[in-house]
Amino acid sequence: MGASTPIAILPRPRGGAFIVWLRNLLVWRKLMVAGLFLAFGEPFVYLLGLGYGLGRFIGEVGGLPYLAFLASGLLASSAMNAASFEGMYSVFTRMTHQQTYDAILATPLSVDDIVAGEMLWCATKSVIVTLPILVVAALLGAVAGPAAVLAVPVFFLIGLCFAGPAMLMAALAPSYDFFNYYVTLLITPMFIFSGVFYPVTTLPGFAQALVQLLPLSHAVGLVRPLVAGSAPADAGLHLVVLLGYAAAGYLASTWFIRRRLVR
Amino acid sequence: MQDQEWALEHPQGPVAGVAPGGSVVVARGLTKAFDGRLAVRGIDLDVPQGGCFGFLGPNGAGKTTTLRMILGQSPPSSGTLSVFGLPVERSIREIRARTGVVPQADNADPDFTVAENLRMYARYFRLPRAVVAPRVRELLEFMELADRADDPIKSLSGGMKRRLTIARALINDPELIILDEPTTGLDPQVRRMIWNRLRQLGHAGKTLLLTTHYMDEAERLCDDLVVMDGGRIIAQGAPRALVEAHVEPYVVEIQGDAATLQRLLGSLPGVRLERVGETGYCYTASLAPVLERLGQVPGISHRHRPTTLEDVFLRITGHELREA
Repeated sequence: MGASTPIAILPRPRGGAFIVWLRNLLVWRKLMVAGLFLAFGEPFVYLLGLGYGLGRFIGEVGGLPYLAFLASGLLASSAMNAASFEGMYSVFTRMTHQQTYDAILATPLSVDDIVAGEMLWCATKSVIVTLPILVVAALLGAVAGPAAVLAVPVFFLIGLCFAGPAMLMAALAPSYDFFNYYVTLLITPMFIFSGVFYPVTTLPGFAQALVQLLPLSHAVGLVRPLVAGSAPADAGLHLVVLLGYAAAGYLASTWFIRRRLVR
Repeated sequence: MQDQEWALEHPQGPVAGVAPGGSVVVARGLTKAFDGRLAVRGIDLDVPQGGCFGFLGPNGAGKTTTLRMILGQSPPSSGTLSVFGLPVERSIREIRARTGVVPQADNADPDFTVAENLRMYARYFRLPRAVVAPRVRELLEFMELADRADDPIKSLSGGMKRRLTIARALINDPELIILDEPTTGLDPQVRRMIWNRLRQLGHAGKTLLLTTHYMDEAERLCDDLVVMDGGRIIAQGAPRALVEAHVEPYVVEIQGDAATLQRLLGSLPGVRLERVGETGYCYTASLAPVLERLGQVPGISHRHRPTTLEDVFLRITGHELREA
């Protein structure tokens, strides 16, 4: 047994990951009814207020009615937000204040099981949050047809993509305040510049290139055509970027959460 | 995994990987360094099967770090460590499956009720449903929480939370139960209740491994213990045997200046004087001569008692356990 902790070996999660996922699902189920009103109410406000309100002035954007354009953008960004906040605030709470992970690490489960389970849960949360928005958008006529259900696995993938970096932040955070930096410096700019409210092509060239490096524009690039009833262009590139962020974030968050919990 | 009746009615059978009379936990030269600071300095351990084994020492002595290493939550810097005859670094899943843990701070899941906490914990161990329902009932009875089964965690008192944590540690019917300061911060009634339950578990043949900085807890519960200070084991044995081996049978605690006490008692044969802060400690095999001399000085305040592990600790380390 060496003096160095084997932090940097590949993650080896097992079936225990699904038990961690189940724990979170059971907790969510308890609070589900209370959250239902918000889940449907908020997209109604956004889509009616911005979609109809602004849509009157804007008309069509990128070949879509503004309401449809905005709805697809908000679907992608909501998937991002859900996974990011679950991966930062909830994971941090369970890791520190609640010591849920300490309790779990007295059972046959490992840190790798916990990280994999949390990541799956973050992605599940992305789907849970976006489904009501999709329903509201459909009710408002912003969804082209039943083919939009193809966007649901993409919501899950977007969740995986943003869960990893968020959990990495949780692993590094000394306190909740730390997350403000990540939200202010990365999440909010992505939300504003990645094509949620207007096409990326409106941006100057260098800004377009920059935005292409960040995952949200690729998430929007997949979700928007699927919701609008067409096949996404550059689907392969978008998938590779989202999967790449998911994999890198998963590795990094596993390593740093190991370092935090096993010492 | 047949016959999953609660183990109190079915005493612990032989422990796989441990010969009868063998050791459940074995450590050799176990060392842990944090950023160059040695928290545990090359300790050897042999925790016998059955009964209660204690780690006694002040905060920072290395007790919790040792427990964390035994649980695979902290990789040792050097040395070897095995539980149930299995190396901790390779077989931690199996070791944890057969171990129950009561951590220092209660960490019941606040999003679940009392019974839900036990059922969720059973899932981490993948216990079959048919086993879990009756066991949850029995454990709630055993820890006197049956009437709180459906209550949320935040409605529980500190003592109830602690009892829930102990019930949770028993959900997998463990052969080894590890308790990190099980009664710290609890009121006397709850402490007594918990001591009774732990004794019952010991009598049922479970191996209990606990840390404490309470003398009375160590003396009441432990069949065998190690005294730790500064990351080292400085004494080992049964509580009474340690007291007999290291200190005189009685001690008189005296409030008085050092010179007076030395003049008054220093010449008595078989008397040993120690001093911690304002208090003088006079150790002796025969109380009568000491009390007689103290009686000659009006206004000197003193009390006498049989010696305890506290005195052993003071003798070996030169400082008091509770203030270290």
